[in-house]
Order: sequence, then C-alpha cells, then structure tokens
Amino acid sequence: MSILIYAYQYGEKFPKPVLELASYASALAEQTGGTVTAIVTGNPRESDLEMLGQYGVSKIWVTPEPAGPSFDNRAYAALLASAAEGCGASFVLLADNAISRAVAPRMAVRLKAGYISGVAGLPLHMDPFTVKRSVFTGKASAYAEILTPVKVLILARNTWQTIENPVTCLIEKFTPAVSLPAPDFEVVKVMEQTGTIRLQDAEVVVSGGRGMKSADNWKLLEDLAGALGAALACSRPVTDEGWRPHQEHVGQTGKVIAPNLYIACGISGAIQHIGGISSSRVIIAINKDPEAPIFQFARFGIIGDLFQVLPALTQAVKKLKSE
Amino acid sequence: MKILVCISVVPDTTTHIRFTDKMDALDTSGIQWIINPWDELALTRALEIREQPGSGVTQISVIHVGMKDTEPVIQKTLAVGADSACRINHAPADSLETASQIAEIVRKELFDLVMTGHDSADYNGSAVGEMLAELLGWASFSSISSLSVAGSVITLEREGDIRSETIIAKAPCVVTIQKGIAKDPRIPSLRGIMTARSKPLTVVEPVKCVPLTRFLRFENPAPRSQCRMVDASNVEELVNLLRNEANVL
Ligand SMILES: Cc1cc2nc3c(=O)[nH]c(=O)nc-3n(C[C@H](O)[C@H](O)[C@H](O)COP(=O)(O)OP(=O)(O)OC[C@H]3O[C@@H](n4cnc5c(N)ncnc54)[C@H](O)[C@@H]3O)c2cc1C
Ligand SMILES: Nc1ncnc2c1ncn2[C@@H]1O[C@H](COP(=O)(O)O)[C@@H](O)[C@H]1O
Repeated sequence: MSILIYAYQYGEKFPKPVLELASYASALAEQTGGTVTAIVTGNPRESDLEMLGQYGVSKIWVTPEPAGPSFDNRAYAALLASAAEGCGASFVLLADNAISRAVAPRMAVRLKAGYISGVAGLPLHMDPFTVKRSVFTGKASAYAEILTPVKVLILARNTWQTIENPVTCLIEKFTPAVSLPAPDFEVVKVMEQTGTIRLQDAEVVVSGGRGMKSADNWKLLEDLAGALGAALACSRPVTDEGWRPHQEHVGQTGKVIAPNLYIACGISGAIQHIGGISSSRVIIAINKDPEAPIFQFARFGIIGDLFQVLPALTQAVKKLKSE
Repeated sequence: MKILVCISVVPDTTTHIRFTDKMDALDTSGIQWIINPWDELALTRALEIREQPGSGVTQISVIHVGMKDTEPVIQKTLAVGADSACRINHAPADSLETASQIAEIVRKELFDLVMTGHDSADYNGSAVGEMLAELLGWASFSSISSLSVAGSVITLEREGDIRSETIIAKAPCVVTIQKGIAKDPRIPSLRGIMTARSKPLTVVEPVKCVPLTRFLRFENPAPRSQCRMVDASNVEELVNLLRNEANVL
C-alpha cells in the first residue's frame, strides 16, 4: 500500500513534526506492507531531502510551489490530490498545523476520501479501518472508522516519536497531472514571525494566568522561558485584558497545544483552559490556592506565591543548565 | 453582499463529557447547548460589518444542520441580529455530510461570503468550511483573525504557521475564522428576543449523501495520577524531578 506524506519546510530544515510524520508513516507502511513517498514543494536542499530517507521515506517528489509565493488552499489541495493519485496512495498523511488543516479537507473531497484529524496512534484495524482520535477538545477520545479505500489523516501533535529507519531514498521531480488553479486573491502585506519559539511546536511552554496580576509582571515568565528555551502562553482573560497578544491564548477557544512540559503559573485550571493543554506530557502548576482545580491535572505542583517561586525556579533552572 | 454563517450547536464549554452505557454516543442528559464559540464570533463579526457604513452587506443568514431540538439555540442567532435562519433537518454523521447539505443551500440562494468556525467544539472535525469550499469550487481562506467588507472587496488577515498576511479577496469565498475576529459575542436583548419570533426559520429536508467516516465508540481519558506537591521553598527538588524522573529537562 502506498503512503503519501506532505513534508513541509519553513526555511530549510524539515521541522520535527515532519520527521515524526515520516516515522509514523513508515510504521504504518510496515503494518500494511507499503512504501512511503513524500511530497515537498519549493527548492529544498538535497542534503535536507536526504534526511527524510533516515526516517523511512523511500521516494521524494519535489515540485514547485503551487501558487508562487502566496499560499492558496485550492492550488495546494489540487497538487496534493494529484500527487496522491500519481503514487496510487491509499493513505495521505499530514502533520497538524495550519497548512494541513487548510488543505487536507479540500484534498479529501477531491479524492473522495474519508478524512480524520486528531489521529492518535496507529490504526487498530485495517479492515474496517479504525483509528483513535481525540474529540470534545481533548475531553474524550473516539474510535472512528473510515469507509473509503483512500484515507486522509492528520496526525495529532505529540503522538509519535521520531524513529530512525534509514532506507534508500529516490529523489524525483513531480509534475501534477492537472493544471493548478491560479490564485484569484492578492496578498498585500506579509508579517513574518521571527525570533521567538513557535508556541505550537514548542517542547516546553511557560504559561501565565490572571494570577500574574499585570502585563508588567510577564518579565518573570519571560526569564523562566528564556532559561528553559520555552515558548510563552496564557489563559484567555490575559488576552482579553490585553496583557498578551491573542496568539498566546491556549484553551478551548484558543490554541490547542501538546508540549512535553507545560508550566501553569497563576492559572486556576478552568475546564476550557484544560481543553487546550490536556495532551501535554507533564503539567506543572504553581498556584497559591491549594484547592485550585489545576492541581487535579498537574503531575507536579507548588502551592505558593508565584512572585517568589518564579525567580527562584528560574535560578534553579539556570543552575541546572549550566552544570 | 449576502453573508451566510454556519452554526454548529455544541455542549456548553463547562460540560463534563459523558457517554451512554454502551459508550457509543454522547450522553446528552443535562447538557446545556450553545452556539459553537467560533461560530458565535463569526456571527458577531458579520453583524459588526453590516453596521459599518459602506459595507454593502444586505443580508446575514445562519444555517445549521441538525435536529429540531437545536432550534432554541438557533433562535438566539436571530435574537442577536441575524435576518433569517435555515435548519437542515438531519443529524450529520461526518463533516462531509454537513458540508454537502450546506452546499445545496448556498448554490440555491447565491450567498457571496460563507463564514465557518475553524473547529466545532464537539467532534473537532475541523473540516466543514474547507470541504464546503471545495464542493462549491470557491476560494477559501483559513485561520482568519480579521475580516472587513466594503462592497465586493473582502479584506482578511490570515495567521499561518510562520507568518501572517493581509489578503484582499473577491466574493464568493469561504472564510474559516479563528480567535481575534471579534471580541465579545452579543447578548440578546429583550427586544431582540421578541423580534426573533417573527424572523424566518426555514426547515429544509436533507439531500441524499453518504458519510465516509463514522464513530464506533468513545472513551473518557484515563484518570490522571495524583499531583506530587513540592515545597515552595525547595524549587531545586522540582527541577531535579523534572530532569531525573519526568525526563523533560
Ligand atoms: C465559552 C468560553 C470559552 C472559554 N475558553 C477559554 C480558553 O480557551 N482558555 C482559557 O484559558 N479560558 C477560557 N475560558 C475562560 C475560563 O472559563 C476561565 O475563566 C479562565 O481560564 C480563567 O483564567 P485564569 O486561570 O487565568 O484566571 P482565574 O480563574 O482568575 O485564576 C487565577 C489563579 O491565579 C491564582 N493566583 C492569584 N494570585 C497568585 C499568586 N500571587 N501566586 C500564585 N497564584 C496566584 C489564583 O489562586 C487563581 O487560581 C472560556 C470561557 C468561556 C465561557
Ligand atoms: N451541523 C452543522 N451545521 C452547520 N454548520 C456546521 C455544523 N457543524 C459544523 N459546522 C460549521 O463548520 C465549522 C467547523 O466544524 P467541524 O468541521 O465540524 O469542526 C463550525 O465552526 C461551523 O461553522
């Protein structure tokens, strides 16, 4: 069975979610007796492409950006659908990010394929095809069946590790069999996010709630995040107050994240907040209220005043990292 | 311009999710139903746009695919200012079914702009908007955090993974909205509630469509192990636990 993965790049190297996706795909290939093809757009470097071969990808198709510099859902969906047909894919797998969520459902319609996002782990059965996925914003899981021969899956964050599995990898040019629609919109301004660690890819996240009291106190969290190499996040009231930009809001109505370590400072642990962080591997809560619900979800907790705990914790982390 | 806002009806965000004894369906007893928070924000923004001079918005309709018991929630959209509502009388099994039903209505009623949330807080398909656009052959824009309309010009802000962009788009198109699009949802006024009763809520029978996926059974998360407390004066211990026991540092 042929498996197609979409290997995106920001800049040059493949980000970790792509390597996790490749590792997942090669595990699935092993289960189904198939091979993994990756489609890559733009002008990747040969040495970066070879990296995919380390994770079980046996063929790479390189193709120009489908809509020039602007990202067009329609053109991408047509391109990926054409690649899926071109390699006779039974599975098209994507990592969980904004591009995938924009493109995968459109592509699934083109391929008349069943589509499932939030996939957690390898299929339970192949026939009928059954996978586990998360539902109710992390409050529950479901076993879902796909009834079509072609299946489009978005792998949930942090469900799969990168596993080295070197294979010989063939690199080819790919030309879609259909003409791609030209974008009929205009991008008039682009703002690149630079410097900071992207919240959704971060391994460690330091997060603040209303207990931080004011925007000025964020210095304490920035220091801790700096020491840990972490991204910053916050609860909803914090963005409602304008203390932090809304991109940092996590929870049911914000971003859903799944870092290795989530440090909640002055956050009570409302169910809407937990929805966005419950897939984190380890949660730490720092709160002065021993009854705060966040402690029911945390693996480690400190009951205390964050204005004292945070500077001490930052020092302790710095000390450890310098050893 | 005619705007259509797609409304999903979901359990209140504070709901503890429980399933029936056979674990094959949501236990709906005691659930308070609400407009999916993203859809509520989409509707709020549509209403704001119409109030701006020169927007050229002539109609704001809402659509929902679901059974009769959701009507009180749909009434709320009329009470805050939507002009008309359509309910397609069907319990959809997957996102494609929902999108296919909505596509039928959009084709007939010639909307210019369709707004959906980026995710429905129930089954988190995260798919209806994009599927609908593909079925209609329209352009689509996702992760939209700002939207304005002047005549036929639609200005959008799209937040991607590494950059955000300002886009000028043409109707017709589908936009999938996320946080930032509007601040607080509107609360129905008494007068709004009264006038809502005289606004049209049309019920349409579904077209034939076969779902491509289905849910077999559900599961609640395994209970978390107890939180291990560390003394506030001993943060070094916490750091040690993180490195040596949890292996996250
Ligand atoms: C439809 C809907 C959607 C929502 N979506 C989200 C969402 O996506 N994300 C989200 O976060 N919320 C969401 N909420 C809001 C949610 O219900 C809570 O109100 C919110 O999460 C509370 O934020 P908080 O924990 O920062 O503040 P609070 O609940 O006020 O908690 C502050 C905490 O700080 C502690 N504290 C205070 N001072 C100190 C100190 N000096 N040292 C240590 N601890 C201290 C207090 O003990 C308290 O536990 C939503 C609500 C609704 C109705
Ligand atoms: N039953 C429904 N009726 C109308 N619109 C829906 C329905 N389900 C989902 N939607 C719309 O599609 C968006 C994404 O939902 P989903 O793809 O189910 O996560 C929601 O925010 C709604 O705007």
